[in-house]
Amino acid sequence: MKLFDFWGGVHPAGQKHLSADQAIRVLPMPDRLHVPLQQHTGRPAIPVVKVGQKVGKGELLGRAQGGVSASVHAPTSGVVAAIGDFTAPHASGLSLPTITLESDGEDRWLEREPSPDPFGLEPEEVAARIGEAGIVGMGGANFPAAVKLGKARQAKVHTLAVNGAECEPYMTCDDRLMRERADQIVDGVRLMLHALQAPDAVIAIEDNKPEAVASMKAACQPERQIRVVVVPSRYPAGSAKQLIQILTGLETPAGGRGTDTGVLVHNVGTAYAVHRALRHAHPLISRIVTVTGGAVAQPQNLEAPIGALVDDLLAFCGGMAEAPARLLMGGPMMGQPLPNTQIPIVKGTNGILALTAAEARLEATPSPCIRCGRCVEACPMGLMPLEMSKRARHDDLDSAEAFGLVDCISCGSCAFACPSHIPLVQYFEYARGALEARQRAEQKAKETRRLLEQRQARLARAEQAKAEAAARRQAEKRQAKAKGGATA
Amino acid sequence: MSMFPTSAPHAHAPDSVPRIMGLVLLAVAPATLYGIILFGWPALNLLLVTVLACLLCEAACLRLAGHAVRPFLLDGSALLTGVLLALSLPPWAPWWIGAVGGFFAIVIGKQVFGGIGQNIFNPAMLARVALLVSFPVEMTLWLEPHPLFSSHAPGVLEGLAITFGGIPNIDAVSGATILGRIRTELGMARELGQILPGHYQAGTAALGWTGGSLGETSDLLALFGGLWLLWRRVFTWHVPVAMLATVLVLAGGLHLLNPERFASPAVHLLSGGLMLGAFFIATDPVTSPTTKLGQLIFGAGCGAFVYIIRTWGGYPEGVAFAVVLMNAATPLIDHYVRPRIYGRTWRGRSRPVPEHAKRPPVGSGEAE
Repeated sequence: MKLFDFWGGVHPAGQKHLSADQAIRVLPMPDRLHVPLQQHTGRPAIPVVKVGQKVGKGELLGRAQGGVSASVHAPTSGVVAAIGDFTAPHASGLSLPTITLESDGEDRWLEREPSPDPFGLEPEEVAARIGEAGIVGMGGANFPAAVKLGKARQAKVHTLAVNGAECEPYMTCDDRLMRERADQIVDGVRLMLHALQAPDAVIAIEDNKPEAVASMKAACQPERQIRVVVVPSRYPAGSAKQLIQILTGLETPAGGRGTDTGVLVHNVGTAYAVHRALRHAHPLISRIVTVTGGAVAQPQNLEAPIGALVDDLLAFCGGMAEAPARLLMGGPMMGQPLPNTQIPIVKGTNGILALTAAEARLEATPSPCIRCGRCVEACPMGLMPLEMSKRARHDDLDSAEAFGLVDCISCGSCAFACPSHIPLVQYFEYARGALEARQRAEQKAKETRRLLEQRQARLARAEQAKAEAAARRQAEKRQAKAKGGATA
Repeated sequence: MSMFPTSAPHAHAPDSVPRIMGLVLLAVAPATLYGIILFGWPALNLLLVTVLACLLCEAACLRLAGHAVRPFLLDGSALLTGVLLALSLPPWAPWWIGAVGGFFAIVIGKQVFGGIGQNIFNPAMLARVALLVSFPVEMTLWLEPHPLFSSHAPGVLEGLAITFGGIPNIDAVSGATILGRIRTELGMARELGQILPGHYQAGTAALGWTGGSLGETSDLLALFGGLWLLWRRVFTWHVPVAMLATVLVLAGGLHLLNPERFASPAVHLLSGGLMLGAFFIATDPVTSPTTKLGQLIFGAGCGAFVYIIRTWGGYPEGVAFAVVLMNAATPLIDHYVRPRIYGRTWRGRSRPVPEHAKRPPVGSGEAE
């Protein structure tokens, strides 16, 4: 298959050897699980259980609300211990509404109907079941999968691109999944093709994962419509926009969707979750998480229930070999720093990364930009990060926007390449936040003005009505007087 | 553990400003050493004075501006400026040329603009241009090679006397560079066929056994240093290749038209400071454009100006002028030459996917 190139990109050290040879192990069920009601893009799920209620494994805990949302389910059987706020997997350390589940140790599935042959179902029904299973994009986008599939079918997508690139350094969860559960992934791909009514699928894997490529190729053998393509290892090849560019040479239009190019991108983990949902009626209640980094005693790939604490996963990996300088959820290029280890893993958690000071290069302090252009060269979106950051620093938001601030995908290639160690992405995040705040303020001012104008109009109308009524009364009075005068 | 939130990425390329400066210094070391061997102790004295002046001025300015002195002084940028400036000076120039040049480069050329990364002009070339305009006699004193430890080379003490006291018998040692000779004698209505034989051999010129600035004579050493930096990815090929190719094309074209009036591309490429300039001066990141297309334009502009100044301008050599002129054009180039943003047209509008392009990837669906 003819491949195209994407722009820019960088070659960070893969560091996948730390965990790549560790087969997936199942994390022993923790005593308590903390399942956030919002693990996805869109509106949070609404709790449908009460404190003290006994639930079976896979039972609905929170129902999706509105068009873009996802349900959450009980990862094991037990009792709902609390419904309240719990620290969210986010750098801010802020909390989110969360259902805390006390495991009863039985891990007893909820009684379910046996699932029918999914290929006998209507495509809409397949998508609906994917939605009911609470499946979201597991590559980190966290967008509800059923919504994405539905929109893609309407957009008449011709190809499903299954993303097994896993370009983030250190991360090996997709690699292990492809090596160990290739048949299930391919089945999930076939089911998604059925839901999409699309003819073809390509499974894209970076060339640094030969075992995964071999395993996936073997699993695809009987499927003429599903092909494995090996893409060069270059970050961020696994970003949806860049993957589409590699496969088709087309670009997602600015402000548009990937499906505008006729391609829908889904992660291999999502395909696996679809297989579980439709063949076994298992909702998305666990996922593969890579626990790795120089500070972790025994890096591993764990199949962990959603809601398990980072601490539970780290403890199973032998704890810390040394105090980490950085603790991240996700890879080093785009991962979120975690404020502590008492934070639950969610549907989009691909890894827990504990970096040593040497790995995180903490000694590197920012120095002035020397305009070397390495950031421009590295940017896969064709932006000029040095110009954008200069403007963001001076709060010149309009100008930063004109340089393409909204087109930035926050991949971090620019900051990775910068010899002056300028935290470019941080400037962009700041500027984007400021821009959004300004737009909100403008919207609010507009709304206030509208309400004020409406009120004034209403008052004016009332005033006018009053004046008219007075005039009418006066006229009537005059008329009555005149009449009275006439009769007198 | 330190847990303050900072934004991704948490990985970093093993690259830093001091490392870049260090690699460039290493790459220019062979040409520098060759210049010292070729022109003896006075050249070494001049190099030391220039570098010292640059470092002192840098430290003083940083202190005045209230910046931390150590990290900036140790980033290697002032050291590199000093070395590059010294390499562009006549090797037996008096000490105060180096001192004034160093002051001009660092204070006027760099710190006045706000220090590293802020200057518009290449500090070393700005200083060289200022020196050439202000002290034309001292700045055009060229001499034949006086290799270290050879019979007619000055000893250590004589070298000190030359640098700090002046050259005792100027006429006995001075000569003209090949570009200078060509300019002078063309002006006297002679033809290249008469001028070059006896004065110019491509081989010796390339090796650097000729008169010229301290570090510019050996084109091969500058070329190797530059290629090594390319290989180490300190800079990309765009600026040097555009600059050299432009000179090659202009010189080649005009030489074909009139070989008696216009020197051959070999003379141009292997004389003067072109090679040093293309790889070590024009590639200065601060003062050249940041996009690849911009760098091609910049390099081509430098090459064109070098050729124009050498051929029709008032000076026999024009690398410094060319670079400074194109430095001035850099903000303009960076303003107009920007990459196309992914998913957008050149004008910045959303770029729709043409309907006919929406088809399955080539070959997909077929067995391999």
